[in-house]
Amino acid sequence: MCITPTNRRSFIKKMAATAAMTAAATMFPGIVFAIEQEANLPSGNDLDWKKGPCRFCGVGCGILVGVDKGKAVAVKGDPNSSVNKGLLCVKGYHQTMCIQAKDRLTHALVKKNGSYVRTPINEALDIVANKMKETIEKHGKDSVAMYTSGQSTIPEGYVASKLMKGAIGTNNLDCNARLCMASAVTGFLTTFGADEPMGCYEDIDYADYFITWGNNMAEMHPVLFSRMLEEKNRRGAKIIDFATRTTRSSSASDKSILFEPQTDLAVANAICHEIINKGWVNKSFVEKHCNFSKGLTNIGYGLEDKFKFTDKPEKIDFEAYKKFLEDYTPEKVAKYSGVSVKDIKYLATIYGDPNKKVVSYWCMGMNQHTRGTWINNLVYNIHLLTGKISQPGNGPFSLTGQPSACGTAREVGTFTHKLPKGVVTNEKHRRLAAKIWKVPYGRIPAKPTYHATEMFRAVDRGDIKFIWTQVTNPLVSLPKTSRYRPAMEKDSCFVVVSDVFPTPTSDVADVILPASWHIEKSGLYGNSERRTQHWDKMVEGPGETTPDAWMTIEVAKRMGFGDLFPYSEENHVEEIYNEYRQFHEGAKHGMAPLDVLKKQSGVIWPYVDGKSTQWRFNAKYDPACSNGEDFHFYGKPDGKAVIWQRPFEPAPEAPDDEYPFWLNTGRVIEHWHTGSMTRRIPVLHKAMPSAYVEFHPEDAKMLSIGNGEKIKVTSRRGSCILPASINERGLPTQGQVFVPFFDENMMINDVTLDAFCPISKEPDYKKCAVRVEKA
Amino acid sequence: MPIKSYLAHPQEGKKEDLLMALSKINHCEVIPAQNKDVIVLVTDTESEIEENILKEKLEAIESLKLFSMVSGFDTQN
Ligand code: SF4
Repeated sequence: MCITPTNRRSFIKKMAATAAMTAAATMFPGIVFAIEQEANLPSGNDLDWKKGPCRFCGVGCGILVGVDKGKAVAVKGDPNSSVNKGLLCVKGYHQTMCIQAKDRLTHALVKKNGSYVRTPINEALDIVANKMKETIEKHGKDSVAMYTSGQSTIPEGYVASKLMKGAIGTNNLDCNARLCMASAVTGFLTTFGADEPMGCYEDIDYADYFITWGNNMAEMHPVLFSRMLEEKNRRGAKIIDFATRTTRSSSASDKSILFEPQTDLAVANAICHEIINKGWVNKSFVEKHCNFSKGLTNIGYGLEDKFKFTDKPEKIDFEAYKKFLEDYTPEKVAKYSGVSVKDIKYLATIYGDPNKKVVSYWCMGMNQHTRGTWINNLVYNIHLLTGKISQPGNGPFSLTGQPSACGTAREVGTFTHKLPKGVVTNEKHRRLAAKIWKVPYGRIPAKPTYHATEMFRAVDRGDIKFIWTQVTNPLVSLPKTSRYRPAMEKDSCFVVVSDVFPTPTSDVADVILPASWHIEKSGLYGNSERRTQHWDKMVEGPGETTPDAWMTIEVAKRMGFGDLFPYSEENHVEEIYNEYRQFHEGAKHGMAPLDVLKKQSGVIWPYVDGKSTQWRFNAKYDPACSNGEDFHFYGKPDGKAVIWQRPFEPAPEAPDDEYPFWLNTGRVIEHWHTGSMTRRIPVLHKAMPSAYVEFHPEDAKMLSIGNGEKIKVTSRRGSCILPASINERGLPTQGQVFVPFFDENMMINDVTLDAFCPISKEPDYKKCAVRVEKA
Repeated sequence: MPIKSYLAHPQEGKKEDLLMALSKINHCEVIPAQNKDVIVLVTDTESEIEENILKEKLEAIESLKLFSMVSGFDTQN
């Protein structure tokens, strides 16, 4: 087919129009466009459209990538994906443009006498394997570590876990999902005994109210937010934004309620107090399906190295719980939360009304919290007390940040304490892993070792002498990088970094391995709604770029574990997935076979008898329910969910005379996390070229600070200079500043605090105390 | 040389105003739905600079409530 540039252009325009009409048809069933405009639209051209999930966020939109002569030239939303129904956000559309970046890592680089030398990939992998082996021989298994990602594919996470836990026999594996999702996991496990949300995105089509807890969905989960806005426009669904900062989400919501940092714990308890006080408890649901428990209090903040904490749950009864809530009347809580009595009661009324369906959404605001597990528990309490759970349009829904935080980090289990099924501390789970991996049972250690923060502390102490990071950029994303960057620079630790682009982390590496980007390899991701999505390799990567899974396998073989990694280079994704699926067999977590995933735009697990389970724990939808009741929380041995008594406890560091402002950090819609990909996409980089420090206009006035003026933000850990932003993207409350963390030239994580939730070990990036002054 | 398509959602009762406003802007083609409050918008610009200027113009339209991107093509490749 011969196409001239002009008619090719008009052809592409028609394609673009078709894509939009298709998306509109999915969103507005029965929609009609003028006949002449629908006529003669192309059904496809010389582009080869290949399906996959978006590379970026945990929404997991389906994309179609148009490939022409071996190059990715276009991206559009997959109209067959029920996640996004053809829509994409600005990052999603532009994603493939980063492949063309001039500074792409195309070959392995090995540091020799202080400078990097281009090295054949096979030689670089020899060096990595030899170094790892030698370190183990000299210093023992626990002197080597791997740090991976919620952006690793399922096969990548699986082989990393198999190498570390099954082959080498160390639990020194953790991942960056510890920084974003760990509190969600411990919240689910403590309340339900089973990880991941019970509902799915289809809840959006049924809910009357969406209550977002510290969650700027308009920027962080934009396509889901568009779907919510559709429901707002179409049938009057309401969006209530409960946050510490006014954002794009707040302005698009029906109501915005602001609270003082950390007091979400108290407000959640006050909502429960009001629900009980007003008699809105769904008594039969609570009696049949819930237990009450309390745990330890004053549990610390993990600020010191080798911090240890184990909770001691104790059963209580409803009366004791009710008594505990007396400290949380709306009147008492209003005094320190900044939320009025009226607004607390308003929130309680929404949850308490039996005729209104409510979905609660949250992400980093609740998870990156020194009481992250508790606040997750507390929001579950609200849904359990009212029985608004596991039904279409009713439920708590913890969203993920990364595209495979669920699929890889949580389901494959690339955390120190996890196995692909269950935890290392459980003998049954270790035996299952040993059987499937074909390794001696005794090789898998029963004790977890280092969670993310502690892993980098161990590097600093010299306890870890070899670390391999994959698909992540910890020297921008860890809290308190002012400690961990010098730690990684020390000669005591050999650093291997596998990435697509150079980053501040690869800057300290001894060996840099060139990784294939998303569509240059096959893979699987799992999104926030338990949807597993497969894609086939779409284009060739440049130079000697290699999929991370294959690099791990090559290193394993070189270390003498070839028999445990018998996969073929062409087919390893399929072979690994088929092996991995065995871990989850059964009605509670069964995963779809690969041939089904190849045909469909993702499949939600549990996949039972050829069908997805959309609402878990509800006998109407979930074949794993076996107690003969309407609901069965089968993650717990007695089939009951737990309502937790968890108090308000203050943040470890709060503003004082010396450091009078709260510092809150987060993201912006244009950039993906540390910006290593999106800052190489010209249109996104231009839209948001650098980070900034956001002020409330009154604070700016008081300090005589003008827009764009250079400001030094200083904490007890370090400082960072950024331009001031007043009344632009977001509006922090008075006494608070906000800084996005995507910009490696303005390292706000030099300033943040490495305090974490003692249960989940997830750091709190949302609260520490800083001083601000003109630079 | 980007070509993009969007769904443009008008403010309540302002579909005609939005259609009019969009039709007046260069580099825009519009396809209104006949029976729903949504307009398909295809933009075709020569450069990113032109595209940014266009975006600013679009964002300034008062009758526009929300526009979401659906697809994009880079004709340079
Ligand atoms: S919402 Fe998330 S998954 Fe969807 S296109 Fe945007 S970045 Fe990608």
